[in-house]
Amino acid sequence: MVPQKNMLSKLLQGLFKHIDSFLIACLLFTMLVGLFVLYSASGHNFERVSSQLINIGVALGVMWLVANIQPQKLESIAVPAYILGVILLISVALFGDVSHGARRWLNLGITKIQPSEMMRIAMPMMLAWFFAKRENSPRITDFAFAGLLLIIPVGLIVKQPDLGTALLIMASGFYVLFLAGLSWKFLLGGAVSIGAMMPFMWSMLHDYQRKRIEILIDPSQDPLGAGYHTIQATIALGSGGITGKGWLNGTQAQLDFLPERTTDFIFAVFGEEFGMIGNIMLLVLFSLLIGRGLVIAAQAKSTFTRLLAGSITLTFFTYAFVNMGMVSGVLPVVGVPLPFISYGGTSMVTLCLSFGILMSIQTHKKLVASG
Amino acid sequence: MKSRRELKNYQNEQHSFKIRLGVLGLLVLIAFSVLAARFYFLQIKRYDYYQTLAENNRISIVPITPNRGLISDRNGVVLAHNFFVYTLEITPSKVDDLDATISEIARLVEVSPTDLKRFNKQMGESHDFESIPLRTHLNEVEAAKFAVNRYRFPGVELKSRLFRHYPLGKLGAHMVGYIGRINDKDLEHLAEADSLSNYKGSDHIGKSGIEQFYETQLHGTTGFQQVEIDADGRAVRVLSSQAPTSGNNLILSVDAKMQEIAETAFGEHRGALVAIKPSTGEVLAFVSMPTFDPNLFVDGIDFDNWNALNNSLDKPLINRPLRGIYPPGSTFKPFSALAGLENGIRKPPFSINDSGFYTLPNSTHRYRDWKPGGHGNVDMRRAITISCDTFFYGLAMELGIERLTNFVRHFGFGQKSGVDIAGEISGLLPTPEWKMRRYKQPWYMGETVIAGIGQGYTLVTPMQLAQATSILANKGVAMRPRLVTAITDANSGATSLTQAIVNEKIPLNESNLEIVKLGMIDVTLPGGTAASVGANAGYSIAAKTGTAQVVGIKQNEKYNANAIDERHRDHALFIAYAPAEDPKIALAVIVENGGHGGSAAGPIARKVMDYYLLGKLPVLETPVDAGKPANFVKPSTPTIGSAPIKPSTINPNAATKPTKPILNTPATVNAPEEEHYD
Repeated sequence: MVPQKNMLSKLLQGLFKHIDSFLIACLLFTMLVGLFVLYSASGHNFERVSSQLINIGVALGVMWLVANIQPQKLESIAVPAYILGVILLISVALFGDVSHGARRWLNLGITKIQPSEMMRIAMPMMLAWFFAKRENSPRITDFAFAGLLLIIPVGLIVKQPDLGTALLIMASGFYVLFLAGLSWKFLLGGAVSIGAMMPFMWSMLHDYQRKRIEILIDPSQDPLGAGYHTIQATIALGSGGITGKGWLNGTQAQLDFLPERTTDFIFAVFGEEFGMIGNIMLLVLFSLLIGRGLVIAAQAKSTFTRLLAGSITLTFFTYAFVNMGMVSGVLPVVGVPLPFISYGGTSMVTLCLSFGILMSIQTHKKLVASG
Repeated sequence: MKSRRELKNYQNEQHSFKIRLGVLGLLVLIAFSVLAARFYFLQIKRYDYYQTLAENNRISIVPITPNRGLISDRNGVVLAHNFFVYTLEITPSKVDDLDATISEIARLVEVSPTDLKRFNKQMGESHDFESIPLRTHLNEVEAAKFAVNRYRFPGVELKSRLFRHYPLGKLGAHMVGYIGRINDKDLEHLAEADSLSNYKGSDHIGKSGIEQFYETQLHGTTGFQQVEIDADGRAVRVLSSQAPTSGNNLILSVDAKMQEIAETAFGEHRGALVAIKPSTGEVLAFVSMPTFDPNLFVDGIDFDNWNALNNSLDKPLINRPLRGIYPPGSTFKPFSALAGLENGIRKPPFSINDSGFYTLPNSTHRYRDWKPGGHGNVDMRRAITISCDTFFYGLAMELGIERLTNFVRHFGFGQKSGVDIAGEISGLLPTPEWKMRRYKQPWYMGETVIAGIGQGYTLVTPMQLAQATSILANKGVAMRPRLVTAITDANSGATSLTQAIVNEKIPLNESNLEIVKLGMIDVTLPGGTAASVGANAGYSIAAKTGTAQVVGIKQNEKYNANAIDERHRDHALFIAYAPAEDPKIALAVIVENGGHGGSAAGPIARKVMDYYLLGKLPVLETPVDAGKPANFVKPSTPTIGSAPIKPSTINPNAATKPTKPILNTPATVNAPEEEHYD
């Protein structure tokens, strides 16, 4: 009996050797919260919840696989992944399927894929690989080249148009550049020159383009269109108060006032039903995930893993911040889901994949150090 | 092994990395603090406000539909306007028992089976929470009756909606077009144009004619009200609002009076007439006969009316000027003539001795003239006057099909004129390449021969034929035809003229133009094929008659034994411009199965020209400077031409009552029977 038990625990130990227990605990808890909110937001729809459970199952499987891959392997596939991603994005631009006025999907006959999602991982990997290959401190020309690598896929995604994804990929690339040591002078100069350009660019725009930007900044100007989402979402959040109306009791959410309430605007349902306390709890949960990610980045042994871990962690932060910011009306509405809570398989898998990478970096550390 | 220098770099790098990581960590903290502060603001500080909004009352965004712009003719006669009617509307989601409610309503006001059918149809097409009209056009008594009983019907509302009305009814229906209820296809188009939110609250959209082409101008900008609504969905308080902006008013170049004269002149005949002012491209009349009442379409045409219109052998719904295609027949000859002259194939003293037929070299096949025995000695000018086929057979043969089509294409044959109504088709100007593509057959010489007299594959629309005549009258300067000459901004009241656009300037030899013109003038003089049309005119008319064998309009034509005789007659064609020396009007008339151009189509043209050139209303003089935008801004009294537009008819917000215009009956010109045929 005893050796058998030992074998089993050894097996389990081996199986979960590359899983970071702190991260997985936070993740599973967030996902659980997400399932409860989804049940409420979907109007008590078990089908929705079970299909999200399948999404989670697949995503965790992917995470486990990735966590078991050595970071060096990841480093070696960075370039092919990036090139494949760009090729797929170009194919989308040429032969992609149009849905909801945007060209995002590529029909492969058997299945449809969204190459911009793949780029979310491939982009920081590519840039991290690029800077890891520089032997000395990277020069300004290196940053310029890296900027070019970043702009090509982002430009293609903006054209689809998918502003939300483009923004996140842009951010993930920028974090790598910043962490790789992009000079402060350059950062400051860039910020100042963009600021100085603003009024000039504004005067160059057409009236209708200005109007669009104005609506993006202040949605109440277009309450029939884009503004409707924000107005209803703020009412939902605000009426939640400190403790919230309680699970399944959100009136705004239950009465069809909230649009896209299982996907991009699910946070409004959460905030209405769990109130300020729930919101702060979610912020803490996200902060723990981010904090752990930053620790992993700080402890990482190679340039590649360090940059990749940092970028992944901060991109996750950007996801969460942009979504909660747009729902609560401090940021313009761009289509970004709330990580681990919004309904949807693609973002769930991509997120778990990135956390799998973090775990791989953390748990393969010794091998890297000794090698 | 790592060198010292690299090791140092590595440490440096790691140090700098940690600092930067710390900076980003700080950024995360700041960002999350901002969110926390926002949550505090929304959920604690303004809790009461949002709580009230969410619990007791709910916010509703109510769109305010803008008034659609008016359409009037050049003299201010209103062709399309809006008026308010009472409608009784039901919001299905707010009614417990729909059938019971409807039958209860039916005791108060009449609800016909047609109303019910339409209601059920619309209910299937819209959301539960949308308000759907059950009855429209309630009179004052009915409205009052319902108003006092309103408390008994939650979810049923008496509304006043704007309705579109075409006061002149059938007159110019194909030109003005009509609006209809927005359907799924329209919604798709709107979504593509990113203007869905501007159509919240709008039920109608332009479906044809000017109403469709100028939809963006006419629709205006939707306003909105942010209101609190109570549990019954009734507005309690307006929180904020933004007024709608009315659509712009359009002023057309046509004269309703002249349009009526033309339509009346057609009588029972089918056909089309397009008149253009050659110097500007303004369309003066746009006739498609028979016509229909566009008012039927505004709120969904009922089944019987639709069947009657759609199945009629006369095809009243077809926009003949733009979509009817006909062989040009002999009206093509002036253009063939000019092609021969400009290419140097025919030079003035040239003449032929017509013995009544033409044969190709090494062939015995005879291409016959319409006049057995021939016309004897015929030069270019006389060939046009008497419509000598033999002359043009030879001309076309020597010119060749390429040079012929390349030349006449400049006059707009085989291509859309670009007039401001959608749906125009391009007709057909055949080439050997086209024939190979279409029929997989080579081009035969005989086909070139008959192309010279407008027979064979060549097909034109009445719009094209009028445009070609207009270009000829304007000495080769092709103005783009247009119907809207001025747009009045609903906000500022400023009227701006639309720009006259020069499509092309065809370089033409003055003396060649003169020969064609003289030939065409002779057509309406004694001895010409349309001598009666020119009789006692008081101005000179350059014209050409034509006859075309029936090919019918492209539409699944039905076989009808009773109608067969009449419908197998030739189409009558007539083109003209006048006064010949200084053309003010150019037109093309086609009378389907009318027989001969001079006798059937000519008199219609004469009536229109008489009215335009000699009629009581003054002639329009729009400043035209091709290539320059005409800035005509005069808010208070926008005078188009010399007839002032009454302010009352142009006020965009004045929902005028439907009125019947009083049009004088046209003076008839009695034309004697025709002697010549071509």
